[in-house]
Amino acid sequence: MTPPLAGADDARLPLVALAGNPNTGKTSLFNALTGLRAKVGNYPGVTVDRRVGRITTARGEVEVVDVPGCYSLVARSADEQIAVDVLSGIGERRPDVVVFCVDATQLARSLYLVTQAQELGTRCVIALTMVDEAKDAAPDPRALADALACEVVSTNPRRQVGIVELRAAIDRALAAGAAEPVWRWTPSPGLRERLDQVRAALPASWPQLDALALWALQSIDDEDELEGIAPSLRDAVAAAVPVEDAARLDDEIVLARWRWLDERTAGLIRARPDRGRTEQVDRILLHRGFGFLIFAGVMFLLFASLFAGADPAIGLVERSFGWLGDRVRDGLGAGLLTDFLVDGVINGVGSVLVFLPQILLLFFFIGLLEDCGYMARVAYLMDRLMKAMNLHGRAFVPMLSGFACAIPAVLATRTMERRRDRLLTMMVVPLMTCSARLPVYSLIIGALFPTAAFGLSTKSLLLSAMYLFSVVTALVAAFVLSRTVKPLKARRLPFVIELPPYRLPRLRDVARMMWEKTSAFLREAGTVILACTIVLWALLSFPRHLPSSAPDYDAQIAAAPTSEARIELEHQKEGDLRRHSYAGRLGRALEPAIAPLGFDWKIGVGIIGAFAAREVFVSTMGVVYSVGADVDEESQPLRDAMRAAKRPDGRPVYTPLVGLSLMVFFALACQCMSTLAVVRRETGGLGWPMFLFAYMTTLAWVMSFLVFQIGSLLGY
Amino acid sequence: MVLADVQRDRTVAIEAVDGPRAFRRRLMEMGLVPGTEITIRNVAPLGDPLEIEVRHGRLSIRRSEAAQIRVRT
Repeated sequence: MTPPLAGADDARLPLVALAGNPNTGKTSLFNALTGLRAKVGNYPGVTVDRRVGRITTARGEVEVVDVPGCYSLVARSADEQIAVDVLSGIGERRPDVVVFCVDATQLARSLYLVTQAQELGTRCVIALTMVDEAKDAAPDPRALADALACEVVSTNPRRQVGIVELRAAIDRALAAGAAEPVWRWTPSPGLRERLDQVRAALPASWPQLDALALWALQSIDDEDELEGIAPSLRDAVAAAVPVEDAARLDDEIVLARWRWLDERTAGLIRARPDRGRTEQVDRILLHRGFGFLIFAGVMFLLFASLFAGADPAIGLVERSFGWLGDRVRDGLGAGLLTDFLVDGVINGVGSVLVFLPQILLLFFFIGLLEDCGYMARVAYLMDRLMKAMNLHGRAFVPMLSGFACAIPAVLATRTMERRRDRLLTMMVVPLMTCSARLPVYSLIIGALFPTAAFGLSTKSLLLSAMYLFSVVTALVAAFVLSRTVKPLKARRLPFVIELPPYRLPRLRDVARMMWEKTSAFLREAGTVILACTIVLWALLSFPRHLPSSAPDYDAQIAAAPTSEARIELEHQKEGDLRRHSYAGRLGRALEPAIAPLGFDWKIGVGIIGAFAAREVFVSTMGVVYSVGADVDEESQPLRDAMRAAKRPDGRPVYTPLVGLSLMVFFALACQCMSTLAVVRRETGGLGWPMFLFAYMTTLAWVMSFLVFQIGSLLGY
Repeated sequence: MVLADVQRDRTVAIEAVDGPRAFRRRLMEMGLVPGTEITIRNVAPLGDPLEIEVRHGRLSIRRSEAAQIRVRT
């Protein structure tokens, strides 16, 4: 749920909804109509973008709301339910006028939705799009207006053509007032009886319309995933439609509409749209050989820019916030407030903004691929592989992005229409080896493994193994989750996707999407990440005094003969403080739980610190081992300290086996509060992030346990 | 005969759409109704899904789904 958008949703203004099939240029039209005056939020209860904007017509300000693209109002899921709710005003204000984006090359299919809306008594205006593409095939707007008895405006939102005319048409439609339901077909006596039966059971808060009774007859059954349907309505539909009659009922309704549409549009569609250029491009892009080569190239470019291309910007964010922290520290002097501001707030804001370069880059790519039509081809090319794991073909881009960072990858799942596909992808993306795991792996490998094995670098061998391991686990997890967890189960739904013609992407629309995604992330996930960073900071820094049994570090530091000795003492004090902090105590309390994995409590503290971001493990270990927080994964003193660490019985803490167990733990555990924060945002609740955390951590514990115990038995 | 068994570029007419309710309703609402002409235009490089032309538009559907669409030549 999102709070009402400031400045939008003004109940006094006339309301216009913008609806239509996917790929009809609806987003471009929305952008062209509303200019920059739009806000994005979520539809209540679901995580589907709700974009609201304003336009000015002759009669003054008008509010415009974007309806998610759909082919029909009949719904199976809460996401699909939005369209009928918005159009008929269930739980929302009913729009005074609905503008339908109608693709001139796909006339009949686009108009199916319009006939449904007219049955609801919607005042319709048709914005004909893709007219330039249709060329001779484009229907005559006047003939179309006659056939459907509503205003038709020919537009090209990409070139701002027809926008003024569309505003005027909206104005005239608003002036015309409410419309009466128009049915293009007459229900059979049997259906009529059922409609009356169900109509009597419609909730009092719904408009009492035959069209909604018809909607209920088709949408509500044992298998639907609709939300907020009154049990009495469910019972009425179940009584009216015996299971064996459902198919015949659908046939009557759908075929009757198509009969009318086919008859009316036969004369309007003047030619077969020319797809010559798209077919030529597809011959290469979907080619058995070249197609995959180009696909691999595009995906490599996407991955490389996320992985490496974002680095300078990420470094800049980190340096700027480091610099800002230093200035604040210099200005305020040491103290609790300074620590809170620098390590809590500034560090926290930095740890939110550090995601922006990758989010912006990923959505730049997604925007381009989506707009030009290649994203549909990604799904087409990858479906065979992805469906084996019950994943959607479009899940490929988020999964690949997961190698860079799970945060943009989770945000990218919105490109999938179905909630189930989005959820399943979100549940496995955090298993991919993200770049934050690399410093942890590098530290462990550098400290605990020989530099070469079988004549090859151990580091590259083990890193490759960890990448492979993460891909295999993610795919297996997708397969298992989709078979065991009910909301993730693959239902037999058709994989019907459109392969739209290739179109030049429009940078303005892409830039707008980048901005919308980023601001939504900052608003809805950034605040949570900031709050968590501050809580973690407090856990790691309180209490701020040492027990009386500790050495008097301050006196020793004051008396230190050399600056090296002083720094070493300061590191020792810092380490002792960390060991006595709440996080340190939590690490100790965790020890019995992680001892079977080969970990001691110091590793426990590192794991808690890593919750802010996995790479923080390295600096936390630096503090815990009293070599200072200022270490990186290549730090020799930290490696030496780890190698020298002994258990109470004198055996070393770190063996290669412990290292392996620790890497497996980091590969699988959901050690990232930012991931949990974006999953909460994208699923609209705490349930899924809790599930994600629980299943990944359990999996990590069990796998590390097996590695360590079996390894120990084998004598490693 | 079902659509999955039709050769590429051979136009046939839909006779009926079988399968679970949500599946057949979705296809029919997208215009795949009896009498509509339909043609397989391409097969994805890995053998599945298929690119079909119907009502001047291109859709991608899986082979297993094309096996639920009965057609006549």
